[in-house]
Amino acid sequence: MKKKILFSLRSPYREQLEVTGFCFGHGKKSAAIVGAMRGNEVQQMYVCSRMVQELKKLEAKGHIADDCEIMVIPCVNYYSMNIGKRFWTMDNTDINRMFPGYVQGETTQRIADGLFSKIQGYEYGIQLASFYQPGNFLPHVKMMDTGFTAPALMKDFGLEYGIIRRPRPYDTTTLNYNWQIWGTKAFSVYANATDIIDENAADEAVYAILRFLDTQGIISANTPPAYVTKLTDESKTSQIRSEAAGVFKSLISIGKRVERGDVLGIISDPFDGEVVSEIRSTVSGTIYFEYCAPLINSNTVCFKIIK
Amino acid sequence: MTETIASAALAVHENLNIQKRRIQKGEKKTRLSLVTGTHGDELEGQYLAYMVGSFIDQNIDMLDGIVDIYPALNPMGIDSITRGIPMFDLDMNRVFPGSKNGTMAEMLCASIVDDISGSDVCIDVHSSNIFLKEIPQIRMSAPTAQTLLPYAILMNVDFIWIHDAATVLESTLAHTLNTRGTKTLVVEMGVGMRITKEYCRQLFDGVMYLMKELGMWKGEIASVREPIVSEGREVGFVNSDAAGIFVPCANFGDTVKKGDHIGDVVDPLTSEVVEKVKAVCDGLIFTLREYPVVYGGSLLARILQPVSGGEDK
Ligand SMILES: [Zn+2]
Repeated sequence: MKKKILFSLRSPYREQLEVTGFCFGHGKKSAAIVGAMRGNEVQQMYVCSRMVQELKKLEAKGHIADDCEIMVIPCVNYYSMNIGKRFWTMDNTDINRMFPGYVQGETTQRIADGLFSKIQGYEYGIQLASFYQPGNFLPHVKMMDTGFTAPALMKDFGLEYGIIRRPRPYDTTTLNYNWQIWGTKAFSVYANATDIIDENAADEAVYAILRFLDTQGIISANTPPAYVTKLTDESKTSQIRSEAAGVFKSLISIGKRVERGDVLGIISDPFDGEVVSEIRSTVSGTIYFEYCAPLINSNTVCFKIIK
Repeated sequence: MTETIASAALAVHENLNIQKRRIQKGEKKTRLSLVTGTHGDELEGQYLAYMVGSFIDQNIDMLDGIVDIYPALNPMGIDSITRGIPMFDLDMNRVFPGSKNGTMAEMLCASIVDDISGSDVCIDVHSSNIFLKEIPQIRMSAPTAQTLLPYAILMNVDFIWIHDAATVLESTLAHTLNTRGTKTLVVEMGVGMRITKEYCRQLFDGVMYLMKELGMWKGEIASVREPIVSEGREVGFVNSDAAGIFVPCANFGDTVKKGDHIGDVVDPLTSEVVEKVKAVCDGLIFTLREYPVVYGGSLLARILQPVSGGEDK
């Protein structure tokens, strides 16, 4: 294992920010794995640290293929992590909306550029992703449909679901989109939690990434049995939104199969406790996202269902 | 008449309401929409909205048409000095056109678009952010310039910046409305969290001039200045390479030569000048950093170059 500083940035008042990569094996740039780009992505960083542990062991056993190099970047924005902020410390911009970056641009554009210049050219790119709302995801893998993709590759992770997303205008400045545009086959792996550590989901994500690297012939690793991944288009999944606001209680858990009309959760008045809304499923399918916070506004996505 | 154009229930005993005020008089149905407050840390538009509304109230018989004022598209943001939509950390100007059946932000954005659509002209007032001060200007993407320029030049701004179209900007209110045929001008002026009375007055004259030209105003109006248009000119960006405290020595609105000393980045701990900041090109400083603390990459100034080969008029 080799530890490299990929990019550093001086701060007026803090120790220098050092974006650090851990490299395993030698030769062809085979896979890059990126963890936290936002300050609340603790689980994403944790999964990467677990990957470093696994790859260290594999490297010691000589289980990384010849002419293959793997790089893991556990955390890009630990500055924000250390002060409890999600986006960039000073101007609140999102590094994952700054790709491919610009070396002469604003601070977060420079960070994006510094990172991207080092993780570009890998054959596979894996990002540990999070969602902007508090909630839990069934571990799954997502790929942006940019026209350069081979969605069937998602099956090699052996997670329950692989989701294809049609990019929206605001996606065009994300890491994944730009990886694809520059010829890296890029995937987002969702490992359930964000600001807490979920060990089981982390296990699943680590095994999924190892399984994927093993299938591509980059490493040889033993992993638990995989799912036969079901591929689906994001537009064919259903979002169930809250029709009222108040105190939210889920009556179901992720991974469960539900029928149309089933009650998935309830919203009650925060003052008098009366039930103000029953959240019912509009389709039959499997719950793969569940909102997870005690209070909820109206029109908030509380469940996502794969039909 | 004020009305709520979009509403969403918040968790505890409160609704988020987006409001507008309609002022209508006379026979004409010509409609001007004055929109602001998408970014909760930008306040210049708040005073402009007040000025326009109160002036029309006092001279209501001069109005022949409809003026819709939307002072706060992101009311919770303004209320809490939050640039984005509080709780989501979401830039509202990346959510348009939204969706009636979408998330809260998408639903609000869709309602806003529906309500403004059909205006003859919409003016979307921004004021930079807390970091940068901007000369009163209108920004438009190259594909919309032909349609928008004839209106923009009436607005009494100093500068019209025609920039390349970027895919990510397709999620803005202005792009959405322009795509749907509602001519929308994006004004940037002043600095975040402050009101610059002088700029509000300048834009106020522009709004009244535009109303006169649209045939909506029968009263006397002040003349307007001729703006510099960016066409055929380059914009030079001055970014900091060091980290520290930026202290400018050039003034906002100055015309500088390439290489001129425009400020310093200093280190308060070591008492050293860590970067001598120089103009990257000749031209007019139309953006200048207001917030002193800088990192490598922080934008310090933007300079508008003279027309290549030609003299500045
Ligand atoms: Zn703004």
